Amino acid sequence: MVAAALTSQQGVSDPLFWHRLQFAFTVTFHYLFPQLTMGLALIVLLFRLRAFRGNAQAGAAARFWTKVLGVNFVVGVVTGIPLEFQFGTNWARFSHYAGGVVGQTLAMEGTFAFFLESAFLGLVLYGEKKLGRVGHLAATAALFLGSWLSGYFIIATNAFMQHPVGHLAVDGTLQLASFWDFVLNEWAGWQFAHNMCASVVTASFVVAGIAAFWTLLGREEDASASLRMGVTLGLIACVLQLFPTGDRQGKLVARHQPVALAAMEAVFEGGPQAPLAIIGQPNLETRTLENPIYVPAALSFLAYGSFGSTVKGLSDFPASEWPDNIEILYYAYHIMVGLGTLFIALMGAAGVQLWRGRLAASRPLLWALMLAIPFPYIANTAGWTVAELGRQPWIIYGLMRTAHATSPRVGAGDAAFTTLGFCGLYAVVSLLFLFLVGGEIAHGPEHAPAVQPPAPAPSARPAFQAREP
Amino acid sequence: MISFWYGVVAFMLSVYVILDGFDFGAGILHLFVARTDRERREVLAAIGPVWDGNEVWLIASGGILVLAFPRAYAVGFSGFYLPLMIVLWLLVLRGLSIELRSHLDNPLWRSFWDAVLGVASAAMAVVLGAALGNVLRGVPIDETGFFAVPLFTTFRPGRNPGVLDWYTVLIGVFAFAALAAHGALYLAGKTEGAVRERALAAARVAWPAVAVVGLGCIVCTWQVRPELYTGLAARAWSWPLPVLAAAALAGVFASLFRGRERTAFLCSAAFLASTLAATAAGLFPLMLPSTIAPAFSLTAAQAATGQHGLRVALIWWTLGISLAVGYAAFVYRSARGRVRLDGP
Repeated sequence: MVAAALTSQQGVSDPLFWHRLQFAFTVTFHYLFPQLTMGLALIVLLFRLRAFRGNAQAGAAARFWTKVLGVNFVVGVVTGIPLEFQFGTNWARFSHYAGGVVGQTLAMEGTFAFFLESAFLGLVLYGEKKLGRVGHLAATAALFLGSWLSGYFIIATNAFMQHPVGHLAVDGTLQLASFWDFVLNEWAGWQFAHNMCASVVTASFVVAGIAAFWTLLGREEDASASLRMGVTLGLIACVLQLFPTGDRQGKLVARHQPVALAAMEAVFEGGPQAPLAIIGQPNLETRTLENPIYVPAALSFLAYGSFGSTVKGLSDFPASEWPDNIEILYYAYHIMVGLGTLFIALMGAAGVQLWRGRLAASRPLLWALMLAIPFPYIANTAGWTVAELGRQPWIIYGLMRTAHATSPRVGAGDAAFTTLGFCGLYAVVSLLFLFLVGGEIAHGPEHAPAVQPPAPAPSARPAFQAREP
Repeated sequence: MISFWYGVVAFMLSVYVILDGFDFGAGILHLFVARTDRERREVLAAIGPVWDGNEVWLIASGGILVLAFPRAYAVGFSGFYLPLMIVLWLLVLRGLSIELRSHLDNPLWRSFWDAVLGVASAAMAVVLGAALGNVLRGVPIDETGFFAVPLFTTFRPGRNPGVLDWYTVLIGVFAFAALAAHGALYLAGKTEGAVRERALAAARVAWPAVAVVGLGCIVCTWQVRPELYTGLAARAWSWPLPVLAAAALAGVFASLFRGRERTAFLCSAAFLASTLAATAAGLFPLMLPSTIAPAFSLTAAQAATGQHGLRVALIWWTLGISLAVGYAAFVYRSARGRVRLDGP
């Protein structure tokens, strides 16, 4: 997304360039954290449920992953606050035009999700002794619920921008016409399912990858519960990611954003029995895909369910409706799909070995799992790049163009200044995050409950005082 | 319906100022009232379990503003571009300083984050006050309906003012004093021993300053925006608010000098609430007054979204805010009493 803004055709003295770059950068950086938080909240809850039935290893794993969740959560919170402001600071004409509709879900996120999460995070992190087993399990479930609710409200907001429903245009602004049509947008349902599976994929790969790291170092006691959980859940999520969620999301794009589909696949000339490009480089000058490897008629089948269906090409649409940055859109889509396929293969192989009881001894597979940790992050980022660039040149599909959505009085200089400021601040945040989480991972889970120091009341300590004497 | 949502925004922002205000106050004072590492950890433990939830009131207020008054959100947030970005950076730094400080047992690491917390909290208090000052003084909204305001111009309020002029700085100083004084009472009620003694001493200095600067603000607001007082005078239901503010301030002094810091803290919260409520009542129905011409001022009715959206939101907001108050009550109840650290 960052690169997408860089190649925008306007120069660097155009405020639009800086607004797009800034939002692309801050939202991409932010989403590195919630994608782990939401998936890890589910994993911690599953560990807690197993620990509740008396599994001591699951209890140790739950406590360890809760610590990682805590640091990750804080970074997600502090990098998420700017986004809530940027709709107004950088995209004033968008929020003026559509705030009456998208404000519903943004305000609901604050009211229903953020209060819930902020209240229970501290209790989940430090309240185990104080709340008792049942209370602590309930607090963990509340944190999980809050993080997934938050995800839904944001997805519903984005779904309105992709496929606006439930609104009414009055005096040049949008107003809410039907709350349920808006909140239960069909697009939001599949996008949420696809996105949450992707979040579970990230968390599963992180859990399995760190467990593989411990196993390779011979720390099998630390690793076994996490390895089993990461691989099992990861395999399920990877498959669901492709089918049905990815498939249905793709069909929605084909139906409602056919020009985006043509750009994602670099289909310049449409027609029946459209082939699926596995690889190749789009050339917009000559309007061809260079060095392509095609699967015949597969795109027609995937988009519309029949090999004979006609897929529209870019030439069927006026160039003013083409997404800008078609090259990046094309590559982002192919990276997402390519990685998703490799994930199924890796987790499939790991799943077979786990089922045979041989995973801990399969060193090449453990290496692959460990080295795979960054790739779900790349796939998630690529997927969101597809969603956001495919929607262009619209900020709200068919209703408002991105170029008409910026703040009228914020100049390129101001926007450039704050973009650079975010770059600097987030560089520091990244270093701090890697430093602190790296320390936790090297340390690993704490096993024997007997040597645990008595945990003081949560009220008496700020959250995340993991290393208090 | 529009008046109701105006009230909701004012209510949520006031709750934010009262709750996160004592976090800022504690952050401002902790370098002075807490000198050893253990004392600083006491201060952090006093705000640790609650600060994140307190900050959510700001985020949730922003959400309600964009939902109910999209035009005010769009015009205000883009007009205050640079100051809001500075607020964001300060909030990020403050959050990190509270959460990361105790992760390492290294004196340099801890001193660094202590200083970050102090500076970010002090700056946030001033910026919050200056923001209120800008809304009261007005902003240069012109015929386009938008405005842009530089950080500073001639430091004088007028047709084309800056974010900082003598009036907004004065309100900023008032906010700094009031939140420091508010935080001092919170800390006095949550700690024991040396920290409590120093916090009480700080409160005894800060509260007279609040009274003096507050009086100055009342007089200067008369100069800058007399409509605030005519608005207040025209609405009989708002007359008890200034009286309540004065009574609460008297209550702070009475209980502070009798050593009842918890009563004083409650009076302090009532003082902030009634002062902000009186201000909102005086400003209504304006959301952003224009310094160019009164006709360009943005009113609540102009800024509001359609009736259907507001009615739907009323249903879920009532449910949601009841839940939020419930969680907050639960968290504050489980954190009640004075902080006791274990270990050395």
